[in-house]
Amino acid sequence: MTARRLETGGRIDRSKALGFSWDGKPLQGYQGDTLASALLANGETVLGRSFKYHRPRGVMSAGVEESGAIVTVGTADRREPNVKATTQELYGGLEAYGQNAWPNVRCDVGAVSGLFGRFFAAGFYYKTFMGLPPFEWGRGTGLWMQYEKIIRKAAGMGEASRERDPDHYDHVHAFCDVLVVGSGIAGLFAAIQAAEAGRDVLLVEQDFALGGDLLNGGDTEEQRIQLIAAAEKAGVRMMTRTTAFGLYDHGVAGLLERVSEKPSSNQPRQRFWTVRAEATILATGALERHIAFGNNDCPGVMTATAARSYLNRYGVLLGKRIMVATNNDSAYLVAKELAVAGAEVQILDVRVQHDIATDIPVQFGLGALEAVGSTAVTAVKHGQGKQDCDLLLVSGGWSPVVNLASHRGVKPIWNAELACFLPTDSSEAIYTAGSAAGVFSQAECAESGIAAADRVLGKPAKTGYVGGWQNPIQPVYEMPAPNKKSKSFVDFQHDVTADDVRLAHQEGFVSVEHLKRYTTLGMATDQGKMGNIIGLALMAEALGKDIPEVGTTRFRPPYTPVAIGALAGRNTGLHFKPLRRSPLHDWNLRHGAEMVDAGLWHRAWYFPKDGESLEDSYIREATTVRETVGLCDVSSLGKIAIQGPDSSEFLNRVYSNAFAKLAVGKARYGVMLRDDGIVMDDGTTWRLSENDFLMTTTTAQAARVMVWLEELLQTRWPNLRVHVTSVTDLWAGVAVAGPKSRETIAACLEETKVISDENLPFMGVRTNSMIMKNGVACFIARISFSGERAYELYCPAGQAEGMMDLLWESAQKQGGCLYGLEALGTLRIEKGHVTGAELDGRVTIDDAGLGKMASQKKPFIGSALRQRPELIREDRPKLVGIFPKDRTQRFKGGAILCRAEEVSGFGIGWITAVTYSPALGHWIGLGFIEGGHEVWQDKDVIASDPTRTGDVVVEVVSPHMFDPKGERMYG
Amino acid sequence: MTRFSAWSVFWNGLTAQRGWGRQWRDPEPKAHYDVVIVGGGIHGLATAYYLAKNHGVQNIAVLEKGWIGGGNAGRNTTIVRSNYARPGNREFYEHSLRMWENLSHELNYNVMFSQRSHIALLHSPAAMDRAARNYNTMRLTGTPDAEIWGLEQLRKTVPHLNYDTHARFPILGAAVQKRAGTARHDAVAWGYARAADQLGVDILQQCEVTGVVRKGAKLASLQTSRGEISANKVGFAVAGNSTRLWQMAELGKLPIETHKLQAFVSEPLKPLLDQVVVFGIGGAHFYISQSDKGGMVFGGDLDWYKSYAQRGNLPIVQDTAEAAMSILPCLGRVKLLRHWSGVMDMSMDGAPFICKTPLDNLYLNAGWNYGGFKASPASGWYFADLIAHDRPAKVIENHDLKRFERGVNLDERGAGPDPKLHG
Amino acid sequence: MIRIDCPFCGVRDHSEFSYGGDGSIEYPALDGSMQDWHDAVFMRENICGVQTETWQHSSGCRMWLLIERDTMTHEIHSVKPAHAGIAKVLEAEK
Repeated sequence: MTARRLETGGRIDRSKALGFSWDGKPLQGYQGDTLASALLANGETVLGRSFKYHRPRGVMSAGVEESGAIVTVGTADRREPNVKATTQELYGGLEAYGQNAWPNVRCDVGAVSGLFGRFFAAGFYYKTFMGLPPFEWGRGTGLWMQYEKIIRKAAGMGEASRERDPDHYDHVHAFCDVLVVGSGIAGLFAAIQAAEAGRDVLLVEQDFALGGDLLNGGDTEEQRIQLIAAAEKAGVRMMTRTTAFGLYDHGVAGLLERVSEKPSSNQPRQRFWTVRAEATILATGALERHIAFGNNDCPGVMTATAARSYLNRYGVLLGKRIMVATNNDSAYLVAKELAVAGAEVQILDVRVQHDIATDIPVQFGLGALEAVGSTAVTAVKHGQGKQDCDLLLVSGGWSPVVNLASHRGVKPIWNAELACFLPTDSSEAIYTAGSAAGVFSQAECAESGIAAADRVLGKPAKTGYVGGWQNPIQPVYEMPAPNKKSKSFVDFQHDVTADDVRLAHQEGFVSVEHLKRYTTLGMATDQGKMGNIIGLALMAEALGKDIPEVGTTRFRPPYTPVAIGALAGRNTGLHFKPLRRSPLHDWNLRHGAEMVDAGLWHRAWYFPKDGESLEDSYIREATTVRETVGLCDVSSLGKIAIQGPDSSEFLNRVYSNAFAKLAVGKARYGVMLRDDGIVMDDGTTWRLSENDFLMTTTTAQAARVMVWLEELLQTRWPNLRVHVTSVTDLWAGVAVAGPKSRETIAACLEETKVISDENLPFMGVRTNSMIMKNGVACFIARISFSGERAYELYCPAGQAEGMMDLLWESAQKQGGCLYGLEALGTLRIEKGHVTGAELDGRVTIDDAGLGKMASQKKPFIGSALRQRPELIREDRPKLVGIFPKDRTQRFKGGAILCRAEEVSGFGIGWITAVTYSPALGHWIGLGFIEGGHEVWQDKDVIASDPTRTGDVVVEVVSPHMFDPKGERMYG
Repeated sequence: MTRFSAWSVFWNGLTAQRGWGRQWRDPEPKAHYDVVIVGGGIHGLATAYYLAKNHGVQNIAVLEKGWIGGGNAGRNTTIVRSNYARPGNREFYEHSLRMWENLSHELNYNVMFSQRSHIALLHSPAAMDRAARNYNTMRLTGTPDAEIWGLEQLRKTVPHLNYDTHARFPILGAAVQKRAGTARHDAVAWGYARAADQLGVDILQQCEVTGVVRKGAKLASLQTSRGEISANKVGFAVAGNSTRLWQMAELGKLPIETHKLQAFVSEPLKPLLDQVVVFGIGGAHFYISQSDKGGMVFGGDLDWYKSYAQRGNLPIVQDTAEAAMSILPCLGRVKLLRHWSGVMDMSMDGAPFICKTPLDNLYLNAGWNYGGFKASPASGWYFADLIAHDRPAKVIENHDLKRFERGVNLDERGAGPDPKLHG
Repeated sequence: MIRIDCPFCGVRDHSEFSYGGDGSIEYPALDGSMQDWHDAVFMRENICGVQTETWQHSSGCRMWLLIERDTMTHEIHSVKPAHAGIAKVLEAEK
């Protein structure tokens, strides 16, 4: 190639020079250039290396189908691998690098692999690398794993950054009546037609300029500007640099907008749009095909239309002596324009002589058989010999871009006359126009655009514009090279050759899906835009069938690759699954809380004093609760208001224990089961008045229980007059536990008598006259999770800190403390209360030792299926307490309980939760063991934890390890 | 047929690849077979192979409505592991993993099983304990490679994860299975097909079952797009479409719902991640590995609604990308190349069925949820054994359709009888 | 993206909703037999084609809906409140 930038012409702005670099070398281009056009203008020809053979590759196209000029842009944390230079808009300061090569793409040591290319046929890796060569001796995966390391290093294309992407991305949601994809003639006419009829039209164009093929023409600028102006006037919303990458159900399209190519501090790098369109018009154009012939990947071989684009759009004339090899009319215009620009041009037309007006020398009945050259084309061999050239342009026909329609399951059908797949009608409001529909004349593209819009508008519309060539195309997919050693590429990026396709056929991989997977044809970053049809055609030929009989692969989104960062948008970092904060979150932090993840919440874990460790801290906190008093934020518990005349009946059905007769002003602990009879959740429910209950759930199951109650009421029991409302976020909750809890609260109240034992006995609830000294009105329930005298106080979330301040001041006077989730765990483990660690979705109410609660008198959710034979076996693992036999030892949650004589297999149980018990003075745990603790009394059991602490001899005891009679709680 | 080896690759390189023949034949269907397996995915092909190899069955056909390996065999994220803890699942998946370890040699086909480690990230002390329960069970039941790692070891081994202690979900450690990894999914299907074919199995592609002819309590024959085929015994192995065949045989309902799961691959990159990394917290679910070709292969949750359509929806693409960025923030500029989806049998407890059916000579292999790929060798092994002996081996005795009546629990997640929750 | 015409909120993305399950299941009375409960809880028709299913507008009005949807094409044929009484009232208002 002897490319040079012309003095005039093109759609670049020569007054705006842009400096950029290629492999560190400073170069210059202009506003309006792509990286490819700028590199070509600077005489750079070898821009990439192929995947397998590391062959030199140059620019092969001027668009998204590019398979050769694939580079890395940017450095360090902004390094983006696998960028198609042909679509990368040039900006000042752009740094681009060659990739998949060492030391560089121009001189790549990896090219040595090309010498062994004959052994690297399609699928060769399935046949070897298993064992010791030459006959694959051995067993196992050891040798393969060694080979794999080398293969992985050789494979891959660009190198990704290892650092966090510093740029940000946005999401946008949009609606429109008509989404038009593509701004060529058909797209613009369709958009104008629909907009003039009053429709809200969104037109998106992947390029940074509007006009589609109008941008490639030498004399089309006026028409382009007029059309854009007309579209603007009609009110079409037009977006450039925006790719419609996928079509989804119900008229939804995914768009990627490249907002600022150049890193910018105040703009997102890209935006991911979700557009809901009533109708979609696809004017996505067509891509020019290559032909498989010898050495057809040599830099300097490219599609004919690419050369036209570089000439007319970018003002770069790519060669002096240009050969154009074609099988259709379209290349004649290219040849003419190149000749006018000053090149010496000749055409090889494989068709027999036909009538076409041209001043260019044409040799009919000839095609390119082999390109000569290694890093640049120097000549072309054809049936009549060899001719020198510095640019070889190929036109193998045109493939309409049917990808987006294919996302919707529209099956393209083969049109033998035009030698291409055409989209069929969709059952949805999706219409295709222009060359995407196989319309190849400019005038008819306009008409087909209007017709597509008319179909959207419900107006009568003419169809059948298909075609438009003066002389028919002669389908040619491969011109076998005389030199058998010369490779004919079908898929350039993945180095899939015509011989590979034939080998796949020879080995029985004849369906298009097998062909694709066996040879990797069409799996590269262009997703087969260049090579798929050729591959299909070669397979059809091998099979002696027509192309449609081989089938088409279904295109998958995205149309062009989309940055993962853009898809994630802003929902990254701390915005990923946003944190749920309790109303006391900040208060806890101010008071020294260390936090721990609990689902989407952060809960106070422990409140270390003076450099205490977690263990020091929770032991102190739990001890303080048992001795005086402690305060714990329990706001994350689920809270559901259950209201209406049938509320008690509803609860009676939902809970396994009886709720019908719960007295007003009383709370009751309840266990609810799933339909299948397994425990779903537990918690207390308070009867606030006759028809008004407040249910509490565990933090983890709150959302699930809420959905469940709504489902039951709306789908199964519509006759129950009950309304449920999630009030979790409305109320802040604080547990006040310990022997001094009443005093602590009393000191905060306007009227202390209300929490006397007479007024508020165990399981009592008060909702009135509970006014704190700072005026905060609260609910109070005397319930205990710790086994101590304890209360839970709820107040409106907005007043949480006021309530907590007062309680804390009072608690401190009692020598109390704040306690977190870890101490909460200690207290409940000592008492044998279950939580999510025990209720793992496989445990029955009997397993959890709560079977006696389940009513025998009434049916409830789960009552039928909990009686299934395996669920009522006596030897099922049941809740127990665990002590280390040697009380100085410790063990961990997750240990498996085994018989002392058989520390293997599934064991006889497991440990769910472990803590140091300050009350008992040693480590304790809760767990499940077959048959329950009575069976294992006085027997040694091993708590086996091979992944962490090894084996510990333990004793199995009642789960109620501390104060089993509950004297402290009632006291 | 040419045995695959470095030598044959070398020799064929010198001789213009002329020595390679079809990897499996393209026979005409016979009117009768001893055993017909419906479904030319990996499970069906493996079943045919083990029927021929282990049980000496001579006359076997595999019926595939499209092209072999075209369903979930070619749509999954290729992860192979055995970190299951329920009795029944545990032994089954461990057996499968052991089969994987020698599968390339067994089939003389490089299935590229890469034992690169499966690393499930853990984010809270409670999650560490939950994982430890499962991984301790693995150790005690003969899986030596189950480990719980602290942060230091994890950081050393997998350097590019988000170790920010102020991350939304800071990483505390990981549950690791070192013998787990990935395999080349298509190769497994082709390898079984080639090996089964060599043992005389007829692989009938483009052969869709269109009707089931019953004779009393027996299945008499199958009507297919390539003619009627009768068989002494018939096995169904048609993930995603199990119910459709079941209803063709007029057998009523199954404890299965068909859902779709998406998978994603990025553009090829030079090695970035050497293990399989799994992340699940706060409702997010994400798994990622890098293929030998260099693409980042990843996936997330189901699309959340029942569907037979092999195409995914956009919100899950977004969810998955969010999770990707959360765990590997360097992926921001890495580009998604392709996303697709497969339809899967989601069962009521997340566990599969390999069992007898109400018809005397019909056997069912279904309900693989997310886990079918890794299971395929053992699935074929035990399904073949069941068909040959007409009784289940001990390992799979609870993999029957009646287990819900008995109350047997194979539910690894404890999610309950809601198919979509067993991802 | 499936778009669901919620009778209370209008057309919204399916990501605002959560899928429930087969809407044609009739759950037995609470004191129904174990076998009936087994069949309702575990067995599915799993229709390929138009099925009646439940969804909840969980990020909207929280109403449970009965939707006729094609499980192959995702086309929606009808949407109504799952609560029969509410459905009736809405129908009467039309």
